[in-house]
Amino acid sequence: MPAPIRLRELIRTIRTARTQAEEREMIQKECAAIRSSFREEDNTYRCRNVAKLLYMHMLGYPAHFGQLECLKLIASQKFTDKRIGYLGAMLLLDERQDVHLLMTNCIKNDLNHSTQYVQGLALCTLGCMGSSEMCRDLAGEVEKLLKTSNSYLRKKAALCAVHVIRKVPELMEMFLPATKNLLNEKNHGVLHTSVVLLTEMCERSPDMLSHFRKLVPQLVRILKNLIMSGYSPEHDVSGISDPFLQVRILRLLRILGRNDDDSSEAMNDILAQVATNTETSKNVGNAILYETVLTIMDIKSESGLRVLAINILGRFLLNNDKNIRYVALTSLLKTVQTDHNAVQRHRSTIVDCLKDLDVSIKRRAMELSFALVNGNNIRGMMKELLYFLDSCEPEFKADCASGIFLAAEKYAPSKRWHIDTIMRVLTTAGSYVRDDAVPNLIQLITNSMEMHAYTVQKLYKAILGDYSQQPLVQVASWCMGEYGDLLISGQCEEEEPVQVTEEEVLDILESVLISNMSASVTRGYALTAIMKLSTRFTCTVNRIKKVVSIYGSSIDVELQQRAVEYNALFKKYDHMRSALLERMPVMEKVTTNGPTEIVQTNGETEPAVLETKPPPSGLQPTSQANDLLDLLGGNDITPVIPTAPTSKPASAGGELLDLLGDLNLTASPAPVPAPQISQPPFLLDGLSSQPLFNDIAAGIPSITAYSKNGLKIEFTFERSNTNPSVTVITIQASNSTELDMTDFVFQAAVPKTFQLQLLSPSSSSIPAFNTGTITQVIKVLNPQKQQLRMRIKLTYNHKGSAMQDLAEVNNFPPQSWQ
Amino acid sequence: MQFMLLFSRQGKLRLQKWYVPLSDKEKKKITRELVQTVLARKPKMCSFLEWRDLKIVYKRYASLYFCCAIEDQDNELITLEIIHRYVELLDKYFGSVCELDIIFNFEKAYFILDEFLLGGEVQETSKKNVLKAIEQADLLQEVNFSFTRISQILFNPCIITGAYLFLQRSSAEQFGYFTVNIDVYVQWKFQQSGQKICW
Repeated sequence: MPAPIRLRELIRTIRTARTQAEEREMIQKECAAIRSSFREEDNTYRCRNVAKLLYMHMLGYPAHFGQLECLKLIASQKFTDKRIGYLGAMLLLDERQDVHLLMTNCIKNDLNHSTQYVQGLALCTLGCMGSSEMCRDLAGEVEKLLKTSNSYLRKKAALCAVHVIRKVPELMEMFLPATKNLLNEKNHGVLHTSVVLLTEMCERSPDMLSHFRKLVPQLVRILKNLIMSGYSPEHDVSGISDPFLQVRILRLLRILGRNDDDSSEAMNDILAQVATNTETSKNVGNAILYETVLTIMDIKSESGLRVLAINILGRFLLNNDKNIRYVALTSLLKTVQTDHNAVQRHRSTIVDCLKDLDVSIKRRAMELSFALVNGNNIRGMMKELLYFLDSCEPEFKADCASGIFLAAEKYAPSKRWHIDTIMRVLTTAGSYVRDDAVPNLIQLITNSMEMHAYTVQKLYKAILGDYSQQPLVQVASWCMGEYGDLLISGQCEEEEPVQVTEEEVLDILESVLISNMSASVTRGYALTAIMKLSTRFTCTVNRIKKVVSIYGSSIDVELQQRAVEYNALFKKYDHMRSALLERMPVMEKVTTNGPTEIVQTNGETEPAVLETKPPPSGLQPTSQANDLLDLLGGNDITPVIPTAPTSKPASAGGELLDLLGDLNLTASPAPVPAPQISQPPFLLDGLSSQPLFNDIAAGIPSITAYSKNGLKIEFTFERSNTNPSVTVITIQASNSTELDMTDFVFQAAVPKTFQLQLLSPSSSSIPAFNTGTITQVIKVLNPQKQQLRMRIKLTYNHKGSAMQDLAEVNNFPPQSWQ
Repeated sequence: MQFMLLFSRQGKLRLQKWYVPLSDKEKKKITRELVQTVLARKPKMCSFLEWRDLKIVYKRYASLYFCCAIEDQDNELITLEIIHRYVELLDKYFGSVCELDIIFNFEKAYFILDEFLLGGEVQETSKKNVLKAIEQADLLQEVNFSFTRISQILFNPCIITGAYLFLQRSSAEQFGYFTVNIDVYVQWKFQQSGQKICW
């Protein structure tokens, strides 16, 4: 059989192939030849064949049939064979294949070979791809070589040990004795690899860390020698002596000095020296400075040193070299939390980096800018950030938008500014905004009551031309549905009011419904908005009816359901319609830890939820509701659940709906039925936080709210520190008669501007002779700080008969509601 | 360092060194994606990019891209120096290295890399030492070869006649045995026998 072609020949031949197919053909032919050669167990040319195989593997062709051959090469006595064999092992074998275990014995033998280059090959291979089993078997050999005086082998053994420790951390102890004299070496190779080994050990084990702390002086000395020593041609790079070693020592010092005052103190001087003396004209110098800065920021350095470090970073920011700027931004991001003020000084440079052409730099600058935003610079920063949002790449827009929302939420100087900013974000990056932005924005809008007209007007104008950005359209539809009346009445104080007719508003909402660009969710919003307008608009109700009935047969199930229910509202339950579609109540701000689902649903599903609660369940509490509503006096009452007067659509503040919802609660201390969305979220928030409220009761006297027939009810008050509109009333009911009062139910009603929540009572019977009390907590939300009034109704069984009483509580102390 | 890749402007892989265990399929996927990402970068952009959870440091030398993946705590700027040092080593070894040198002598490129880095870390910071080690290892390779050929000649009954080997103690005593300095003699012998020395 002719000798297999040489490697270079093969490479040359393959490169002449003009098409992929031609190349594949050549490769296949050669592979076949190689395979048959392998089968013949030809020792002479095995090396050559494997080399060729490795080349073909690099081109992307399968080469697994060469794996065993690599092992045979490794076992051979010839150095050439071993060299290629080990290379093949590193390229073709990995620890997933069982084959590699066969190498263990060969490597063991080679680690003890008489030729250092063979030993070197073995160490290199083990350190590159040794599996945990191999490492376990051979760790002893590596440890032996770590103690040899041959620096060529010692440095390789050190890095091999690093690999062993990474694979099998338990073996770390084994290498400890060998590390004793590592730093005494003169050879830079050994020094460098020793520092790497020490770093690895210190990172993995706190015990090792404390053990090696004593090396700090020695490390400082070595570093000093490197800096102070004259020109050494062997290790010089652009005038700096062995930068690789310097960087590694600095990194080790960082780990040793972290959280340790003494070590940090010991390295202060050298760090200052390196920071001031290093040449910064070339990348090498900057690499060392960068590592120095990282070290200074991480250890317990003195403030002067920290300032020095930040200034270095500031200088980096102005460097022409992009890489340096990038690195500076990254480091500043790490330090902005701890040294905020120092970093603030460089804010303008950082903001300039937003305009850089490089994507990585822009991202870093954006993150840093968000970290630097505070109450003082919010306006200026936001301008820059909005401009950035406009012009940046799509992959940034989502993060940027979220960042802007967060910053605006924290530092908005005024509600109008806040709404403007959010509008701007929605119009520029509307399609990239995250899903939770829509409900958050809606909540924000409802909370800024004075801005409703302004907001709805702006939103209307925004989607007039373009309704493709879904979040924007969703918010706009919702607002138009809620505040459409404000829109057409043209009562906007902040801006030039626009002249909009009902028809125009309906036009735009209908186009949203029809448009192909609208997502299903958006259509839902639009349909609901149209429905809501049926109570706010006067001339176009018929048109609305028509639209709604059309969608009763829509293919989209969600739309269809809504349309059908709205239709039903028009037909059978027209009397409920106006109350159902009343203005939304003010939502309390919910922290992100709180039960946010409540807020989300409020925006969209409230009307829908109400519809799914058709009259049958409503009739039963109606009578109770009516009674209490009589008590509060002066309200029109229609005998349905939502009994608010329909002629006052502009009423802001507490919905009676909430009231009735709460009454449902009190009637039976049963679990709250699911669609009780009207619970103001803040109260649930209060529930979840411990302690509930900070007691400012020291100033608030308690009152006796009711005292009759032996039943006494006392109110004690607490105000919330976090939310001044909330008052918590704890009622205590006691019984001074000789018989128990059973089935005790406490109900309360408050005027429209308040919101009320009654929690479950401690029990339902009050023992006689004042031996025990029933305790119940009432939470009252009083955003308008009006005088608190309450009507209470008590029902209980006493002496065999059912008792009932109504009373009004007027003697609330001023501190409880002011 | 987790891995180093060398590839041309057309995206052809010239060298791949992996310091983390990954399957062939994964390696191919990573290579493909990374090559695409790096080649898409404009010339004025900085040498660092975030990719998956790694930091990528790349530099272009003539028609070759040198691309390294480092971990979070590694220093990007010094990695650029590491890449530069490797290029210098190749340059010294091949004498004004170009892409073709690396294509046709890829195994040597690997050998040089393995003398410079081990397990992803720098093992020797002196250029001189790395090159010396490579030189000696190359010599060892050649000696091996010569020994083989000589033994073939010696055992060839047609040629055997007072073969005469000059042994010389070499300066590199670490070998443990002697380097054989018989080039001239062997060549002459081969000429006599009509055989050629070839690799």
